[in-house]
Amino acid sequence: MPAAAPGKCRSEAAPGAAPPLMSVRGLGIRFKTSLGVWQATRKIDFDIAPGERVGIVGESGCGKTITGLSILRLLPVNLAGLDGSILFDGTDLVSCSARAMRAIRGRRIAMIFQEPMSALDPVFTVGHQIAETMRVHTGVGKEEARAKTLDMLRRVGIASPERRIDDYPHQLSGGMRQRVMIAAALICGPQLLIADEPTTALDVTVQAQILELLRELSETSNTALMLITHDLGVVAETCTRMITMYAGEVIEDAPVDDALVRPLHPYTSGLLRSLPHLSPRHGRLPSIPGRVPSIVDMPNGCRFRARCTHATQGCEAEQELLDAGGGRKVRCWRFRELDLPGALQHDASAPIAAMAGTP
Amino acid sequence: MPLAPDITQDTIVSVRDLEVRFQTSDRRATVKAVDGVNFDVRRGETFGIIGESGSGKTTIGRALVFLLKPSAGAIRHEGIDPLALPRKRFQSHRRDYQIIFQDPNAALNPRMTILSSVLEPLELARAGTGAERERQAREALDRVGLPQDVGERYPHQLSGGQKQRVVIARALTLKPKLIVCDEVVAALDMSIRGDVLNLFADLQRELGLTYVFITHDLAVVSHISERIAVMYLGRFVELGPTERVSEHPLHPYTQALLSAEPRPLPSSLREDSRIMLQGEIPSPIDPPSGCRFRTRCPYARPLCAEKTPDWRELQPDHWVACHFAEHRDFAPN
Ligand SMILES: Nc1ncnc2c1ncn2[C@@H]1O[C@H](COP(=O)(O)OP(=O)(O)OP(=O)(O)O)[C@@H](O)[C@H]1O
Ligand SMILES: Nc1ncnc2c1ncn2[C@@H]1O[C@H](COP(=O)(O)OP(=O)(O)O)[C@@H](O)[C@H]1O
Ligand code: SF4
Ligand code: SF4
Ligand SMILES: [Mg+2]
Ligand SMILES: [Mg+2]
Repeated sequence: MPAAAPGKCRSEAAPGAAPPLMSVRGLGIRFKTSLGVWQATRKIDFDIAPGERVGIVGESGCGKTITGLSILRLLPVNLAGLDGSILFDGTDLVSCSARAMRAIRGRRIAMIFQEPMSALDPVFTVGHQIAETMRVHTGVGKEEARAKTLDMLRRVGIASPERRIDDYPHQLSGGMRQRVMIAAALICGPQLLIADEPTTALDVTVQAQILELLRELSETSNTALMLITHDLGVVAETCTRMITMYAGEVIEDAPVDDALVRPLHPYTSGLLRSLPHLSPRHGRLPSIPGRVPSIVDMPNGCRFRARCTHATQGCEAEQELLDAGGGRKVRCWRFRELDLPGALQHDASAPIAAMAGTP
Repeated sequence: MPLAPDITQDTIVSVRDLEVRFQTSDRRATVKAVDGVNFDVRRGETFGIIGESGSGKTTIGRALVFLLKPSAGAIRHEGIDPLALPRKRFQSHRRDYQIIFQDPNAALNPRMTILSSVLEPLELARAGTGAERERQAREALDRVGLPQDVGERYPHQLSGGQKQRVVIARALTLKPKLIVCDEVVAALDMSIRGDVLNLFADLQRELGLTYVFITHDLAVVSHISERIAVMYLGRFVELGPTERVSEHPLHPYTQALLSAEPRPLPSSLREDSRIMLQGEIPSPIDPPSGCRFRTRCPYARPLCAEKTPDWRELQPDHWVACHFAEHRDFAPN
């Protein structure tokens, strides 16, 4: 069946509409450390459909990067074990052979990182690096690879690419390097692009250019995008769906607009409400009390319990990712009875007015 | 937080024609990191400075507290020129003007307990007896909302937000009049950012502090500041009350910054018309002639390359540097 019409996936992209390109089930990552084995993430479930743009959000250390890396099996050497399955177009990336993985990595699934300088080799020209990637994966000739590279550099918005193709990475600005990284990632026409904080190191006016580029490329080539970020604004502007992680687990999964307007998990709601954009100027910012539990000392039951103002006795039970209907999932057994405020003022008008009143 | 008008009128820092130049590491060129900046900071206010990386924000902050010497121009603290003070007086004067940086890890010695770190500036200042100093240090830790036992811990035993609180406590022990806060919440996780911003507001109210709040985060700066200055390539391009600057910006660069800010709002509430700037901020080693924004400005005309736009008060308390700021094309919304 044809993939979801590009650009129209927002809000009507209910799962089941298109068969998923990738299906992650029960993914968990364990590390060996001097203090024993750490369970960094667990019970990660989500799907990505062709052409869909999924934002993965959450605070530092919640497991976004290692989840992205595990899809490409690029995990650190002290990996103790990878649980669950990652079904990508019929292949389980957790258990497939190293050879099968190599055929997928860089060609059918590509990844870009926060700091493009560390991913580009300083001793080769950018043109050489992109063309080599292409030759290794597709076996095309030198001439053709160079022509395609020029074409790709133009597509990612590098002005006069024939002059830039023989530049070394250090000769480019931060924004141009990120464009080159995107060109290198897309040269083989991957079905999935994983972008880990691709704009965090960039200035906001340049960030806007790169996000626009990613959105447009994903729409025109139907490439699925998995965008890892801690910035909810970036997700709102770029993605069709938002997956929120907390302390190594997926806690909410919903179409972006739904998650922003009516979050179902108290953590997603708290995160949205703590953003300065949504509070009256000079007023007190609502904040989530306490801090994320440590990886070495995870509580049983709901991991958000100690910080949740809605916690009750039942929250001591293990929480599963529940189907909330309308393409939404949430890891909170109380989601039906809670009426949580989101990013819109009118939903939260009472508490905000009350806060503005206090000196 | 409205302040009594007589307090707001009072100028604590005034900056005139400030220039800071650096030699590049190969000593072949000069970087004009700050190139002719004018502003006053009023007692008790939060004065925000926003701009992209490399625009010169940190350099201004360091100059304000005399961590570096201006290449030209004048900085007055309550009307006096600190550089004209005798050495001893200069040292004690500087305690009233503190700066806090982005990375609390760089500011704390990993081998010192939290209490010793907080005590350090008091000991250097030889303020009071040992017992008094310890009481003051513990009071400061308490004031920033840290638990009692934190004093005996080491930095690695604290979270990022807690460490930033320790750095704030340390700046507070000397009871400064003004604190320059340089990207102080940038390294913090979003769920605790709000906490730290609330803390700054509380301390300001309790202690009558003045802040110069430097950040590249528009949402943060417009939340906390009374006035905002927008910086581009070593110069201020706009300065005015927060509401005016963020809702009726006069400078094309401010308009572009505001429009580039990603907003966490559903699609139905986001305007799609975005001012997309071309290219990136040019190098301060060889800045464009005339208006420094002209290479990226959608409205640039020949005059912009020939003449540097004047810094003028186009509306009461609202300053701008653009030849065509009153042109109707720029009419806000
Ligand atoms: N090699 C490793 N050994 C042990 N623990 C690790 C290793 N790599 C990551 N972790 C832990 O796994 C958890 C998730 O890390 P990850 O890098 O995925 O976080 P993240 O969500 O990407 O955070 P950030 O927003 O800061 O990038 C953290 O607790 C981290 O300390
Ligand atoms: N000590 C220094 N030596 C040389 N150049 C410097 C030095 N400090 C800052 N600069 C340069 O001055 C400009 C402004 O820097 P900075 O004030 O740190 O900007 P911001 O804080 O706005 O990011 C940049 O081009 C920077 O590289
Ligand atoms: S399960 Fe309980 S503690 Fe956890 S988020 Fe839901 S209400 Fe809060
Ligand atoms: S002076 Fe000219 S180039 Fe500068 S901001 Fe105004 S219109 Fe643009
Ligand atoms: Mg990460
Ligand atoms: Mg800086």
